[in-house]
Amino acid sequence: MKTGTIRRKRLPMPPYVMAAALVGLAIILAAILSPLISPVDPTDNASFNLIDAELPPSWLEGGDPRYLLGTDNQGRDLLSAILYGARISILIGAGAVLLAATIGVSLGLLAGYLGGWVDALVMRIADVFLSLPTILLALLVAGIARAVIPDADSVFWAPIILIAAIGINEWVQYARTVRAATMVEASRDYVRAVRIMGLPMPSILFRHILPNVIGPILVISTINLAAAVLTEATLSFLGVGMPPDYPSLGTLIRIGNEYAFSGIWWITVFPAVTLVSLVLATNITGDWLRDRFNPKLRGSK
Amino acid sequence: MFRNFRLTCTALMMATVAAPLSAEVLRWSSQGDIVTFDPYAHTESFTASVIHHVYEPLVRRSETLSIEPALATSWEIVEPTRWRFTLREGVTFHNGNAFNADDVVTSIERLLHPDARARGNLSTVTGIEKVDDMTVDFLMAGPYPLLLNDLSGIFIMDKEWLEENDAVLPGNITTGVTSFASTNANGTGPFVLDSYQPDVGTIMSANPNWWDTPKHNLTSIEFRPITSDATRVAALLSGELDMIAPVPLQDIARLEASDGFSVIQEPALRLIFLGFNYRDELHAMPGQPNPLKDERVRKALWHAIDHDSLRDKIMRGKSRTVGILVAPPVPGYSAEADVPLPYDPKGAKALLAEAGFADGFSTKLDCPNDRYINDEQICVAVKAFWERIGLTVDLNTESRSTYFPKVDKGETDAYMLGWATLPAMDGFSVLRAILATRDGNSGGNNPNGLSDPRIDELNQLAAVELDEDKRRAMLTEALTIARDKAYFLPLHQQPVAWAIRDGVAVPQFPDEYVRLWFANVN
Repeated sequence: MKTGTIRRKRLPMPPYVMAAALVGLAIILAAILSPLISPVDPTDNASFNLIDAELPPSWLEGGDPRYLLGTDNQGRDLLSAILYGARISILIGAGAVLLAATIGVSLGLLAGYLGGWVDALVMRIADVFLSLPTILLALLVAGIARAVIPDADSVFWAPIILIAAIGINEWVQYARTVRAATMVEASRDYVRAVRIMGLPMPSILFRHILPNVIGPILVISTINLAAAVLTEATLSFLGVGMPPDYPSLGTLIRIGNEYAFSGIWWITVFPAVTLVSLVLATNITGDWLRDRFNPKLRGSK
Repeated sequence: MFRNFRLTCTALMMATVAAPLSAEVLRWSSQGDIVTFDPYAHTESFTASVIHHVYEPLVRRSETLSIEPALATSWEIVEPTRWRFTLREGVTFHNGNAFNADDVVTSIERLLHPDARARGNLSTVTGIEKVDDMTVDFLMAGPYPLLLNDLSGIFIMDKEWLEENDAVLPGNITTGVTSFASTNANGTGPFVLDSYQPDVGTIMSANPNWWDTPKHNLTSIEFRPITSDATRVAALLSGELDMIAPVPLQDIARLEASDGFSVIQEPALRLIFLGFNYRDELHAMPGQPNPLKDERVRKALWHAIDHDSLRDKIMRGKSRTVGILVAPPVPGYSAEADVPLPYDPKGAKALLAEAGFADGFSTKLDCPNDRYINDEQICVAVKAFWERIGLTVDLNTESRSTYFPKVDKGETDAYMLGWATLPAMDGFSVLRAILATRDGNSGGNNPNGLSDPRIDELNQLAAVELDEDKRRAMLTEALTIARDKAYFLPLHQQPVAWAIRDGVAVPQFPDEYVRLWFANVN
């Protein structure tokens, strides 16, 4: 696929990256398979009872063997809630990355290929978005969506709004990276060739240029996935995310945080550990991928 | 974070530097902010309690909650429908203006304006007349036993100040009308408002020209809302605050065990209950008949709730399960009617089936998340209880600043409400504001079409009944009807629990009012 370059020397994967990738994969896999592997469905009201609220993890005094990691303030099994919570968090994170990548890559390709006023316009819009803090913009989008959509808090709409709110300000990175790469590719002979052959522009952009700029996109996506999961958790922590009765990692941490001083530490600690592990693992893997794809670092070790 | 830290540092430094001059600052926090500074734009008692430090009524509550003279020194009943008040001489507003009958007339007329949210707080008064500079007459629709109770919650504003600042027309948090008076204040009270930033904080300083002898030793009060329970407790423990009200129930044990802090608590007058939509259709099911109009459905919802678990787990045994809409000390209370429907999910399902909703139905449930003790948790639990008998519940929780306007506009199906019968401390307040059909002065907090002819009749009768026993019997009858027909779903009487650091002395009241003009700090 790589045109006219020497074969890449592979950067070996250090053990800690391997470990991080495995942890990340394990959490993502467990989250995706949560309906199959979690002890109960925490969204099913028949699966929990208020009587069982705030039971400690099973290995502590007062713990119940039915609840390995204990229960939350409503009596839900915390392990199941974390698995389902990680699933919704990852789903929202992945959705936001997909949305950001779609917008960013399309605009980046257009700007890089066409240049001129299109380029200037896209990049100035990008500059405006860059000047807005992520959380602020996300709160703004979530706020507007809540005003417009009456059922904004339903289990159906809340994730969609979150995806839009988070995705809308992460496209800039994609657009800038893809634009730069596209400018380089656009001047190459194979692009000139397909242009002379009279292929329509969408075909040139998506079938010929895109495959050659996809590497950096994957790297950004990995790092952005971690950022998006964090933003989702932050928004849910601030109370504008998932509804309070539907567990997401951020919601669980928010609820658990109210008990931080009362000795009921498990409601906040276990979801927080899950979130930190997931984000850390994704970031380490993403960092390594970036180094691997960075030509300047190639062969330095 | 950094800004807060710097603010704290500044506050601490100021406290240290000024200590020799005995600067007694009381810094306190609650879970939410006040909704406005305009006394007639709201009916929320927490907001009223904070505003009360700056503004004063004609008569006020003493340290034993009895009614005593404040801006009025004496009163007489000229005719049953005309009460004459003699005003206090030598009182000045914080801006230096003298207090006189014109201020009272302007204030009451501002309150009686149809657009004032709080006009139901003085429901039987039809007008006010100035007799001379220091005397006013209140005119009423009929004889009314609770005028003084009502007046204890009506704050007096300055006529000239209102006119200068174009704020003669009242604000209203429901319709969103604001004016200069929404964020500024000029009262006669023991404290002067220095600054008010919504959701950030309120700073007041002691009024050196107050007409009364201060029982407090404060030089200033700093209030800032902290929604998160853990953060609020942490701020107290770290010395950033002197008092938190309320203290989160889950942290009471922890605070009691800490050196240098104590928790004070008692049962509050406030009852927490769920209200229903009585219109033809529910917001959750447009185009279909409203199941909540059926008494059996409402009783099913009541039977579905496991009150013991709610009390023991979410309220940590600190609440009292109730069946009636007023607390025991309040006139109108009846022990016979104070019996909740028992937890009986099977019976609830049978009732639903009998009403034709064997497969359940959809409803919205709206709750605040920073107003009542553990409000959000209660609603999450209620949702689960209701879904177990077959309903689909769309739960939405939000901050009080957006929640109450939404409830007032009737945009809810089932919603949480807390009522402490304030400021009157009388069951009539429930009857007039919540149970009576919305019409003129009645039904100010009945936005969803509840209408019962007998209750409306009792509302009219009790308003003019001067025989206290008969009046109480009428209140009890109305409250018993509400209970028997399950017009509302009472949950519990909540506790009032505050935490203070050692050296702070603040009296606590069952009405949950924070009255810092009785506070002392060492």
